[in-house]
Amino acid sequence: MSGLTTVFLKEVRENVRDRRALFNSLLLGPLLFPLLFVGLMWFLESAERERQEQALELPVVGAEYAPSLIRFLEQQGTLIEAAPEDPEELVRNQEKPVILRILPEYPEKWAEGLPAPVEVISDPSRQESNAAIRRVKMLLSGYGSQIASLRLQLRGVSPQLASPVMIKDVDLSTPKSRAILAVIFLPYVLMITAFTGATHLAMDTTAGEKERKSLEPLLINPVPRWQIMTGKMVTTTVFAMASLALTLVSFRIVLPYMPIGAFGMDLTLGLDTLLRILLVIAPVAILAAALLTLLASFAKSYREAQSYMGLVILIPMIPSLIFMANPIRAEAWMMAVPLFSQNLLIGEIIREEVVPAAWYGLSIVSTLAIGLALAVMAATLYNRPKLIFGSS
Amino acid sequence: MIVVKDLRKAFGEVKAVNGVSFEARDGQITGLLGPNGAGKTTTLRMLYSLLPPDSGEIRIDGLDPTRDAMEIKRTLGVVPDSRGLYTRLTARENIVYYGELHGMGKAAIAERIEELTATLDMGDFIDRRTEGFSQGQRVKVAIARAMVHRPQTVLMDEPSNGLDVMSTRALREYVRSLRSAGHSVVLSTHIMQEVAALCDRIVIIAKGEVAADGTAEQLLERAGCESLEDAFVKLIGSEEGLLA
Repeated sequence: MSGLTTVFLKEVRENVRDRRALFNSLLLGPLLFPLLFVGLMWFLESAERERQEQALELPVVGAEYAPSLIRFLEQQGTLIEAAPEDPEELVRNQEKPVILRILPEYPEKWAEGLPAPVEVISDPSRQESNAAIRRVKMLLSGYGSQIASLRLQLRGVSPQLASPVMIKDVDLSTPKSRAILAVIFLPYVLMITAFTGATHLAMDTTAGEKERKSLEPLLINPVPRWQIMTGKMVTTTVFAMASLALTLVSFRIVLPYMPIGAFGMDLTLGLDTLLRILLVIAPVAILAAALLTLLASFAKSYREAQSYMGLVILIPMIPSLIFMANPIRAEAWMMAVPLFSQNLLIGEIIREEVVPAAWYGLSIVSTLAIGLALAVMAATLYNRPKLIFGSS
Repeated sequence: MIVVKDLRKAFGEVKAVNGVSFEARDGQITGLLGPNGAGKTTTLRMLYSLLPPDSGEIRIDGLDPTRDAMEIKRTLGVVPDSRGLYTRLTARENIVYYGELHGMGKAAIAERIEELTATLDMGDFIDRRTEGFSQGQRVKVAIARAMVHRPQTVLMDEPSNGLDVMSTRALREYVRSLRSAGHSVVLSTHIMQEVAALCDRIVIIAKGEVAADGTAEQLLERAGCESLEDAFVKLIGSEEGLLA
């Protein structure tokens, strides 16, 4: 086993001196993702607040047909604007998010007690106009129900008869379980980090060694090839783990600067939580190191290996993307599926749910089993002379 | 002492080595001479057990590379065609790495490196990172790395490739010193002057087969030529590869 240790120590020393390795494994993930996360949250929150606080500017066509509706809107703080020439064109050109048109038959229908027609002209496929559309519709239905109550009272009918069902919200979610964005985002980031942290090392120690022509002399040494390969994979795993640990630490540092409240989030990562997440994700680092080493061993050069990696990096994204589109409840059998189980478990840990110990065990064991199987394949790969010499 | 008998290796349709036999004795320098693509490198790779032969027999001090790979690797010092130094490590660290892979202790490695640094005149650059080393410096480090465990048998693939005159002289001097110390040295080359200047025994390889085998005098006599170059052309039957 001393051969394995020797290879491991040399790879660590060599890669610690490699700026590209340090940047890729220890800087990019740990720095980029948390900053991206916080930046995104700030942006979303401030955009949302702006939209809520801003006075609603509403151009109205045919305001003269419904003076009482206009008065109501103004009382609610709406800035009524003069009628534009071509409202549809204005909305289509995105100059106004929403325009109200009161039709000429409005007064007639109103007088007869029939539904009086108004048109809300908008393009709901434009995300940014949705807030304005929602506000206009809420104001209109508010006006509608106010008038409805008055009409019923005038006819001696209790308005309560018109609302047979009363809806009350009983909200049992805790601030933690509302940290939905974090529950989706953090496992996603960690899963990618496990892979990005391993990528450079996996390529440098295999395809890179082949490209620099140092693989052939290395294999002439009296050390079994599986020990050499395992030494390399251990190095790759250690870098991936370091990358993960640093990412978690940097999340912990930036979280207090997060805009809390807008999303109902109360998320602190205690040491206990961090360690549990690390325990859950550690087998993924081994799996990633083995898988990436296996693939990179087939490549003749660093560049060729890189072209494979672009596809591999999609793998850790799959579970997160599935959960984003279709959130599911964690069940025991899912713990046997690598990457899925970590995604679910980290979500549960952040929500501070109680997770059965067997789930942890199943997740760790199943992921380790596949990781080690891949590692065994990678370790024996260089028994094939074809892969040692590449094209020559 | 190396004994090779009827060695064969094919890659698909290409018969890279097609029945090579020769002997390399201790205290002698044996040159494998042949044009590019003649099968020299493939033969060497089978000797240092990275390629399994299709058929034939190899014995290095009585050991068989296909069965005693680990044992053979301990007795061999190999300077392959690809020097492949680690550029982020110093020359010394490169050599230490190989010493450790051979299971040597720290003190033994340090002592051996002192010795090799003096012999190969590496004092100026032994503690520099090998990034940007000249060809001559790189070959010296590659040799030191191959010799760190004091191997009895030394295999060198095109050792003077890319070296200037001074480095080539130093290299030849070192190879001769190995002969005096009783090592068995096998070097492959396509350069006539090299074998003429160095080798006790010349094995001419062409198209995967041994075209001729003997001392320089014997080869001249057999070909009936004045110069080794003419003899070489005559013996391999073409001028192909000579200018490479």
